[in-house]
Amino acid sequence: MTPNSPSSPERPIEASQATGHQAKDENPTNFVVPYRRHDPSGQPPSLYPPYRSTLLRAPRKPLVVLPHTLSEVTGPLFGHDQISETDNDLTRQHAGEPIGERITVSGRVIDDNGLPIRNTLVEIWQCNSAGRYFHHTDQHPAPLDPNFTGCGRTLTDANGNYHFTTIMPGPYPWRNHPNAWRPAHIHFSLFGTAFTTRLVTQMYFPGDPLFPFDPILNSIPDEKARERLISKFELKLTQPEWSLGYRFDIVLRGREATPFEE
Amino acid sequence: MDLIPTGSQTVGPFFHLVLTGPITVSRIAGPGAKGERVKLICRVLDGEGNPIPDAMLEVWQANAYGKYHHPDDTQEKPIDPEFLGHGRAGTEEGGACEFETIRPGRVPGGNGSLQAPHLNVSVFARGVLKRLATRVYFAGDPANSEDPVLALVPQDRRDCLMALPDPNQAGAWRIDIHLCGDHETVFFDV
Repeated sequence: MTPNSPSSPERPIEASQATGHQAKDENPTNFVVPYRRHDPSGQPPSLYPPYRSTLLRAPRKPLVVLPHTLSEVTGPLFGHDQISETDNDLTRQHAGEPIGERITVSGRVIDDNGLPIRNTLVEIWQCNSAGRYFHHTDQHPAPLDPNFTGCGRTLTDANGNYHFTTIMPGPYPWRNHPNAWRPAHIHFSLFGTAFTTRLVTQMYFPGDPLFPFDPILNSIPDEKARERLISKFELKLTQPEWSLGYRFDIVLRGREATPFEE
Repeated sequence: MDLIPTGSQTVGPFFHLVLTGPITVSRIAGPGAKGERVKLICRVLDGEGNPIPDAMLEVWQANAYGKYHHPDDTQEKPIDPEFLGHGRAGTEEGGACEFETIRPGRVPGGNGSLQAPHLNVSVFARGVLKRLATRVYFAGDPANSEDPVLALVPQDRRDCLMALPDPNQAGAWRIDIHLCGDHETVFFDV
């Protein structure tokens, strides 16, 4: 067993850049420990008609269940060399400060066994405080902010913690149904340790009055699972005279069983 | 005891800001990488057969020796320093994106089997609430008949997982990924 191997039970999960080390394979059949499968009510279905864009983009045939092989329990260790010092502070990426309420968004990435996932890439993107994305296809007539592009990137630390400074994104209209507005949200993208653990999600803010009307959030059947996408205001994360703090913890799939240590 | 994984949400239409754009990874294998060069051209299509210009594809594959560049692949096979192993690109007008890579080697498939050369592909897009996982195999590869994953797919649907050689472009392979409709691609529960 190599140090910090993902299958080492008492150690955090290491999603570090692979160094090309080649541990001796004690087992000639290259034993694969599968990742756990969960009750589907915690995830959205592909087809959710209230979100109209799913109608022409959701598969209708049942998925083919794939017993995990080496292809599924390995995965890209993406982007570790592309992180610069201001990548996790979206308020310091331009000459001036963006307009808006400065916030801190922090949390922990763990697997479903409760183990921290360290050194894994967390990418975020969001609109500005007026509800406009810095993107050529966003035609919402709200102002662009020359000091805000809304892109962040960071790695989790040794305990699985990540940390961003940004500004509160605004709600914005979209054309899904008459008078449709998205609740304020930040997009998150994580790779975790394997092809199976890939997650793209959205983080929301507590108390948003738009929740009952948003088909994207409501596509998740289980109420508790929906609530887990809503960050929590946390005074501890709030920096006096600087920024309000929100906590958003993320759980990725973990392994079914931990193999024996030699 | 066990924690429940965070729910998935759509990538939406604005992911290019951080996920692709300037950091698109279309070169999965550098020019010096071992293996048969492949230019893979993927098109993503909706249920009416229209190209999707705002999808994102991610690719994960083994090197020419059949080894993944990942600490959990403990096979005694060489790492190829010229080979990255993953790619990520957004589709453009016409619904297509391209990857520069090599035909991967065969990796174990469990119970002593070997898988045929394949790429593991994730599809994300506006209107796609959770990542769609599929695979790309190479049409005509003699190993396809022994592949334990293809064996799980009904015979009449296997063709949708096969990239076809482009007769007009040496080394180029094409595959259409249909999210739904008459030619719906096989997607896997991974």
